[in-house]
Amino acid sequence: MTFSLRFRAAVVSLVLFAAFLGVWHLATRGTGAVANMTPEYAKLMGLTATAGKSAMPGPLDVGAKLWEHLRQPFYDNGPNDKGLGIQLGYSIARVGLGYFLAVLVAIPLGFLIGMSPLISKALDPFIQVLKPISPLAWMPLALYTIKDSSISAIFVIFICSVWPMLLNTAFGVAAVRKEWINVARTLEVGTVRRAFTVILPAAAPTILTGMRISIGIAWLVIVAAEMLVGGTGIGYFVWNEWNNLSITNVIIAILLIGIVGMLLDQILARFTRMVTFPE
Amino acid sequence: MSTFDNPFDSNRRLAGGCSCGQHLSEAEHQAAQLQIQSAIESEQKRYEGVVASAVMRAMFPQDVARRAFLKSVGAATAVAAVSQFFPLKTATEVFAQGGPLEKKDLKVGFIPITCATPIIMAAPMGFYAKNGLNVEVIKTAGWAVIRDKTINKEYDAAHMLSPMPLAITMGAGSNPIPYTMPAVENINGQAITLAMKHKDKRDPKSWKGFKFAVPFDYSMHNYLLRYYLAEHGLDPDVDVQIRAVPPPEMVANLRADNIDGFLGPDPMNQRAVFDGAGFIHILTKDIWEGHPCCAFAASKEFITAMPNTYGALLKSIIEATAFAHKAENRKQIAEAIAPANYLNQPQIVLEQILTGTFADGLGNIVQQPNRVDFDPFPWQSFAIWIMTQMKRWGQIKGDIDYAGIAAQVYLATDAAKLMKEAGLTPPTTTTKSFSVMGKTFDPAKPEEYLNSFKIRKAS
Repeated sequence: MTFSLRFRAAVVSLVLFAAFLGVWHLATRGTGAVANMTPEYAKLMGLTATAGKSAMPGPLDVGAKLWEHLRQPFYDNGPNDKGLGIQLGYSIARVGLGYFLAVLVAIPLGFLIGMSPLISKALDPFIQVLKPISPLAWMPLALYTIKDSSISAIFVIFICSVWPMLLNTAFGVAAVRKEWINVARTLEVGTVRRAFTVILPAAAPTILTGMRISIGIAWLVIVAAEMLVGGTGIGYFVWNEWNNLSITNVIIAILLIGIVGMLLDQILARFTRMVTFPE
Repeated sequence: MSTFDNPFDSNRRLAGGCSCGQHLSEAEHQAAQLQIQSAIESEQKRYEGVVASAVMRAMFPQDVARRAFLKSVGAATAVAAVSQFFPLKTATEVFAQGGPLEKKDLKVGFIPITCATPIIMAAPMGFYAKNGLNVEVIKTAGWAVIRDKTINKEYDAAHMLSPMPLAITMGAGSNPIPYTMPAVENINGQAITLAMKHKDKRDPKSWKGFKFAVPFDYSMHNYLLRYYLAEHGLDPDVDVQIRAVPPPEMVANLRADNIDGFLGPDPMNQRAVFDGAGFIHILTKDIWEGHPCCAFAASKEFITAMPNTYGALLKSIIEATAFAHKAENRKQIAEAIAPANYLNQPQIVLEQILTGTFADGLGNIVQQPNRVDFDPFPWQSFAIWIMTQMKRWGQIKGDIDYAGIAAQVYLATDAAKLMKEAGLTPPTTTTKSFSVMGKTFDPAKPEEYLNSFKIRKAS
């Protein structure tokens, strides 16, 4: 009697997760009372100092706090204290805008580079130099020149997510099979029509793969950018809780960043499957 | 000569003990309630008094001559005489209303540390609203970001370290932009915190090779730590390592054994104790009693473009500072600024800092009521001292117009005027002498002071 692969994988996943939680719980259990203190003194001290509570929160602490956050994700107590739902909303909006601008630039430019070997060779050195620059390196420059922190954050997302899309688009366009273009040419299809009816569908899977890489990068960048400029967003939340030395909340934020990143990736993966064709 | 008395009763605001906390006794409180009724009618009179006294002072700058004149003609006649050729009524109106506010919705940036207390608490406790302003206080990620955001005009004014407006004005660490510091936020309020493993190494002479953290290069923290080390014979540039580290990372680094200690802002010192990561070696008040720390700063452009808004904002800050100065308000303030919107810290930690009854990390409960205090007056001699240290450690070079820059940046006269309006008694001079670790500083002779130090960066 055998279960399906899917079922067995799910069981193994659950076992691994339970083991992880167990080890985590044991590792952060704490040591019990650590020092002799007068009760008046102990009242002024935190649990780490008095009860030997581990500085790292355990899974139960994180779970309780997560439940607290999830129960009211959209509260708003002024400019520096908003619910996690609102913070994630700000981050997603910033990523969406920066990413959309990157799409607008990267895909047409990628087409151009892919179709023209001259432009491809001419622009290559610039792309190669700009591509590996970290978002945090762009941030001070952006703040200084754009003079607006929220536009700077969007600019940084744009500049970091544009390259994978650009390169993949260029590669996809350049790699369209010559036979197909030749067929189009013999049928006397015009350039514009050829681009839209032959090259675009043929290159679409590669372009979407580039977009999928880019959304991942954009989501990586937003946390770093918001930690630096502050104000709103999940990155700001992480910074604020780090300021408060609340590792519990930092872990929760990390978990949520991971889940949202996965969802964004899955959405683009679905689009990729829609445009993929069998050969 | 009632006309020349300060028309604001200073005791009325500073005393405590009645139901509203503003008067010495309940009886006085009731008397004051009655006064408030009539005060509204007499408001106009009070302003007239202030303006008349200012005009009078301007006409007779010498006290002796003024008294002689008044004695001979009497105060009432004098006022009548003055109003003959000076439009007292008009001047009074301008002064009383302060003109319409050019901008009501303001953004003020702050760093989440207890030094920012007056700036922060003025929001939840209604000091800004009282002066007709709608101020959003915005938590900011670091000193460099606060500098850039105020320079970019995203913030109208900001919480800064008291050396920052000087550094910005002189172009140290950024482009030179005329900056001003109309009020000091807090005095004292810092400490040197060491890792628990050094609890038996209390003598600074044994600190060779230590790694220290301070929040920012242009900060009192940096200068005080360097001063303290140098007084104990350690060259801060050679014998130890001093790094700029954001305050929350100081505690984490201390716990991770990555640094040996830090001179940082509260709540981080108390937080290190609270979490069992360190102990308080010395409060900075014991290095220099009454040293300035953080400041309220605005660009010169903001002040000249929006004088009335600036006036209202500064007045709110000064009133909030006066409120925070009083020991009996400190617990209430700790409660107001503890939530996530402001400092985001356990209330007990803030209470220990603000009330000055705190655990030192070594098992003792220490009582130091002025561990942190709030006094807005921007002494220009503070600025001069800061510049001597900037030059001492090579941040600025060459000939420095100490008194000129101090007067341009530390707006002592504005603060004095508004302190008077808020019912405080500001000092009548703008410089004073003080001593740092037993060594007296004469603001008139900064270069001599600077040259008296053996340990300094060779320039």
